[in-house]
Amino acid sequence: MRAAAVAVLGTLLLGLSLSTAAFDIESMPTPEKQKRYDGLIHELRCMQCQNQSIADSPVGLAEDLRRDVREQINAGKTDAEIRDSMVARYGNVILFRPPFKASTAWVWLAPFLLLLVGAFVAVRIVRQRTSMVAGDDSIVDTDEPAR
Amino acid sequence: MSRFLIPAAIFLALVGVLYVGVVHSPNKSTMQSALLGKTVPDFSLPVLDAPGMTLSNTQLAGRPWVLNVWGTWCAACREEHPVLLEIAKQNVLPLVGFDWKDEDDAALDWLKQLGNPYSVVVADRDGRVAINFGVYGAPETFFIDADGRVQYRHVGAMTPEVWQREFLSRLPRGGLP
Repeated sequence: MRAAAVAVLGTLLLGLSLSTAAFDIESMPTPEKQKRYDGLIHELRCMQCQNQSIADSPVGLAEDLRRDVREQINAGKTDAEIRDSMVARYGNVILFRPPFKASTAWVWLAPFLLLLVGAFVAVRIVRQRTSMVAGDDSIVDTDEPAR
Repeated sequence: MSRFLIPAAIFLALVGVLYVGVVHSPNKSTMQSALLGKTVPDFSLPVLDAPGMTLSNTQLAGRPWVLNVWGTWCAACREEHPVLLEIAKQNVLPLVGFDWKDEDDAALDWLKQLGNPYSVVVADRDGRVAINFGVYGAPETFFIDADGRVQYRHVGAMTPEVWQREFLSRLPRGGLP
């Protein structure tokens, strides 16, 4: 009984892992080009289904953009040139990793700023509590509900 | 008292940031074209129902024109079609139809059944030109000025209001020469 359950679960998991590739990604003539292709299509956003890359999306537009990437690689374009051509047509939003410049600086810096603020607040709280414990105990007690 | 002031201030700041973010977030349906102010991409596409004939961007230069991206597979295109027919009646701007990733026969049937608002229709059967225009859905409608620059892109079904506000208003004063 238990073995059967394990077998069923195993089959389901196997099916799940196989079904993640809903369609075949086109292949490139050389392993070096294939590597660049795989890299690029994972960092370009599918504009029709915005939280997927063009590598993950089976829609027609993603297919066309993948073809464009392949054609540009085969035409001898560099990765930077291909990215630039995508941005020129679709804007920065097509890059999952937006470039660092004045208009996008906050996207990159905000998490670190928030982290600093969080650290500052945490340090303050800890210091406050430490000084309370070290000082008069009654201050701590007033914070607790009466039991 | 003051121990609540800082968390409250941080909370309010966060509310502010999120509010601005939500209000100004680039709406998927109204994303600005990356081509604004730039020259239209070069293209030369077959004219629908005219074997051997092509239309290129250079042939359209010299006066403002409108590019309407559509396809028979696109539901919102059917919705906007009556508006396009009304616009065509005004006869102020040439409407160039851009049949995107479509079957020619289906497109011809569509125009026969619903009416043809376009001055000319080009067929981008494999979608190569559409990506140069930054098209990511249909319908999309572009306003291109006499110098061949993209002045505006509307995403979604055309409405009389959008036509008035974003297209007619961009015509040179006093109409066309």
